[in-house]
Amino acid sequence: MSLIWLVPLLPGFGAALNGLLGIRFFSKRAAGLVACVTMGLAFGISIWAFVGLLGLAPAARAYDVVLATWIPPIPLETAHGIGAFEAPWGLRLDPLSGLMALVVTGVGFLIHVYSIGYMDGETRGAYARYFSYLNLFCFFMLTLVLGSNLLVMFVGWEGVGLCSYLLIGYWYEKQSASDAGKKAFIVNRIGDWGFVLGIFLVFFTFGTLDFRAVADAAASMPVEAAGFGTLSLICLLLFIGATGKSAQIPLHVWLPDAMEGPTPVSALIHAATMVTAGVYVVARNAVLFTHAPMVMQIVAIVGVLTALMAATIGLVQNDIKRVLAYSTVSQLGYMFLATGVGAFAAAVFHLMTHAFFKALLFLGSGSVIHAMAGDQDMRRMGALKKYMPVTYVTMLIGTLAIAGIPPFSGFFSKDEILYRTFLDNRLLWALAAVTALLTAFYMFRLMSMTFFGGYRGPAWQHGADAAPGGGHGAGHGGHGAWHGPHESPRVMTVPLMALAVGAIVAGFVGVPQALWGNNAIEHFLEPSFTASAAVRGEAVAGGADATTDAARAETGAEAAHEEGGAHLSRGAEWGLMLFSVLLAVTGIWIAWRNYVVRPQVAASLAERFAGPHRMLTNKYYVDELYGATFVRGTLDGARGLWTFDRRVVDGAVDGSGWITRLSAWISHMLDTYVVDGLVNLLGWVTGEGSYVLRRVQTGLIQNYALLMLIGVFGLLTLYLLTR
Amino acid sequence: MVPITPAHYLVLSASLFVIGVIGVLVRRNVIVILMSIELMLNAVNINLVAFAREWQHVVGQVFAVFVIVVAAAEAAVGLGIILAFYRNKETVNIDEMNLMKW
Amino acid sequence: MGEAIAFYSLAAFILGFAVLVITARNTVHSVLFLVVNFLFVAALYVMLHAEFMAVIQVFVYAGGIVVLYLFVVMLVNLKRPPEVHADPRRRGRLGLVVSGLLLAQLVAIAAYSTTQAAAGPASRALAPSPPVSGNVEQVGWLLYTHYLVPFEVASMLLLVAMIGAIILAKREL
Repeated sequence: MSLIWLVPLLPGFGAALNGLLGIRFFSKRAAGLVACVTMGLAFGISIWAFVGLLGLAPAARAYDVVLATWIPPIPLETAHGIGAFEAPWGLRLDPLSGLMALVVTGVGFLIHVYSIGYMDGETRGAYARYFSYLNLFCFFMLTLVLGSNLLVMFVGWEGVGLCSYLLIGYWYEKQSASDAGKKAFIVNRIGDWGFVLGIFLVFFTFGTLDFRAVADAAASMPVEAAGFGTLSLICLLLFIGATGKSAQIPLHVWLPDAMEGPTPVSALIHAATMVTAGVYVVARNAVLFTHAPMVMQIVAIVGVLTALMAATIGLVQNDIKRVLAYSTVSQLGYMFLATGVGAFAAAVFHLMTHAFFKALLFLGSGSVIHAMAGDQDMRRMGALKKYMPVTYVTMLIGTLAIAGIPPFSGFFSKDEILYRTFLDNRLLWALAAVTALLTAFYMFRLMSMTFFGGYRGPAWQHGADAAPGGGHGAGHGGHGAWHGPHESPRVMTVPLMALAVGAIVAGFVGVPQALWGNNAIEHFLEPSFTASAAVRGEAVAGGADATTDAARAETGAEAAHEEGGAHLSRGAEWGLMLFSVLLAVTGIWIAWRNYVVRPQVAASLAERFAGPHRMLTNKYYVDELYGATFVRGTLDGARGLWTFDRRVVDGAVDGSGWITRLSAWISHMLDTYVVDGLVNLLGWVTGEGSYVLRRVQTGLIQNYALLMLIGVFGLLTLYLLTR
Repeated sequence: MVPITPAHYLVLSASLFVIGVIGVLVRRNVIVILMSIELMLNAVNINLVAFAREWQHVVGQVFAVFVIVVAAAEAAVGLGIILAFYRNKETVNIDEMNLMKW
Repeated sequence: MGEAIAFYSLAAFILGFAVLVITARNTVHSVLFLVVNFLFVAALYVMLHAEFMAVIQVFVYAGGIVVLYLFVVMLVNLKRPPEVHADPRRRGRLGLVVSGLLLAQLVAIAAYSTTQAAAGPASRALAPSPPVSGNVEQVGWLLYTHYLVPFEVASMLLLVAMIGAIILAKREL
């Protein structure tokens, strides 16, 4: 456990190594090796630390380590006088962060291995760059989940946003890819604005940013059931940040575009880890949120609406990755719905299972895309199950998991969410249930269009014997002619299988009591969602055993959750479970019928309901709306400012320059005509005067004599006049 | 009859002087001009002697002697110049002695 | 009475011949008129009891200077009258005018001064009266006592003028 600080730093070191040296010097093999080894080691240490954590008593499952001081205490104004603002580089290992670290390192490691095969078509330098970015992402993500205060978490928060941009725009020469990267970063930024304001307000209210200290302080404050107080404002601001990062309405627009990045990136960042950071933030600050019921309502409503909307859009997408992207948005909505109704543990449980099956689905789709030589359109696929059996089976497992078919993992986590929502608000539950139906439908639509039915793709040359044998393992970049869809190499299929195993068994840590389980995960995570006092009190009351029985689970549930403590009878719970399974089966059956048995039904339905179909295909025109308002507004504002700068500011500068030139010209004129003029005038006068006066020098002596006479006469006159 | 006062002599000498001036200004023959200058000097002498008589002192005449001396010297030198000029320019027309001009 | 007649007639002759001097066409005539003018001035001197001056006038002026003039006239040997072309830049008439003005002025001065008693100069401004009598003796006495230095300088002046005239008039130096 004391080595927990290595967990983020190992991939960080790998990123530095690959980034500084790898792009220039490493071979592809070396770069891949560096990245996977660091992730593998990080995974190992995470497991070790997790085991160590389990060994502690439930009430005392926390391990803090401070690596260095980042910001020494600065006196700063808070609501209660002058507080000391300090931020140490602190990591905190507790049930929530330990679980998250496991998920990130585990799924991350598998995706790294998968990428070795998937990205093989890249050049050597670009290959190393990819792995550097991927490792960098894991470094930031682990900093995010392991941070002990809001500021360290924010470092990770910003860092994963940066890496998301770098990885989405990995093929930056493609205009759509670089645009998508920018879009992701900018939309994230909008959320980050709210997040930063939330951090400020947290410090202002509590005088500290440390999670544990904030939770303890908040626990003693009254619940803001009536109105919208400081805690509600804090939670709302933090939720705005979560909205941006986790692609909820209205900041969901970046996630579908983010599919421009390589598929393993989509799997890691936009399925398993980064997008779940928003859920993590809300879960981490559970104590704050439970004190702000209005904001929890908002969270739940936003979550369920996002889930429903994204599911509807996913019904009609033809790009295999887009379907999965909207599916991710939808499942994230489920997670927020869970937090909104107070089921924080259920949200994190769903996060974990979702990481497994969504990563699996993405990697599987990557395998399919790889087999179809880069083509992502499902209308040109079909009947691939006989060419790619491993991919088919693993993706089927993932689909069943996401649809919520028992005993796969998705069933348990989704069912827990539906159950808790049912207890809270029937309307929200109804919407969530419809979404579940749609989820099952569109996922099986994906499976049908890709793996079943008839092959609709391009023809290929049946020259399998002519193909170079060893080239198949690599990408199709250096192949020449395409030889039809084929299974992916082992380095890609093994992670698929590993993830499939996870998708099957991950659910068993959260089996509810209704099914004779002990809901281990909920109890495990509980200390993270409550203040220390409540946890300690509970521990004193019931003993320090990790495995608990039903009674303790009930009291624990009641102590941790403020809203009603009502729970249904076992029979009602079974009824609900059965209902959700029925919904899933129905969805699957409709998809099977419309896309496998009678494919023309889908086309005819699309024609019949052309209007709604068009609206769904165009994603409710949200992007267009944003483009017309915000984007246009910003660009027009920028253009206006540029015009102002050009005309007024530059105009003033030019004007002053012009005035200077004008005054210089005036000075010049003055100098030339007035000053020089005077001087020249003098000269001219002298010249002209001499011209006139020299005529006196006639050379005639008698003229001179006459002048003398005139002089004498004049003098005489003067003399006489004065006498 | 009006007694002859020095004023008469003054008028006489003034007239003689002015006649000399006119001669200097009007005549073009340089010899005549020199002679006109002699006239002017004579006018001065008349004045001096008249007032010597008036004041019964001979110093006026002494002054007149000196004037005559100077007149002689000047006439000699002047004529020498005229001769030299005549040898060069073959003329005694004062209008043609106009080298000192612009 | 007689003095007045003498004076007026002498004055008329002097002025008349002076006018003739400046208006004669022939240069030799001019010189001759000048001689006569000098002679009449000498007569005037006699009338003024300045006998020495009169004699000097005749000797030096009429006898010396005029002869010099005649020699030069002869040497110049004008064949044609020199008054053929007049330079257009001459200001002849202006000269006459100014001369007339000057004459008027001088006459006015003379007329004005007679209205006032002309006092003699202060006795100390003049040299002492010569103790001898007779005009020549008086002039001589003054010249050789009080005015000796000017006398000597005058002789120097004559010497220089003589040398200068010789050099100027020589044909080749």
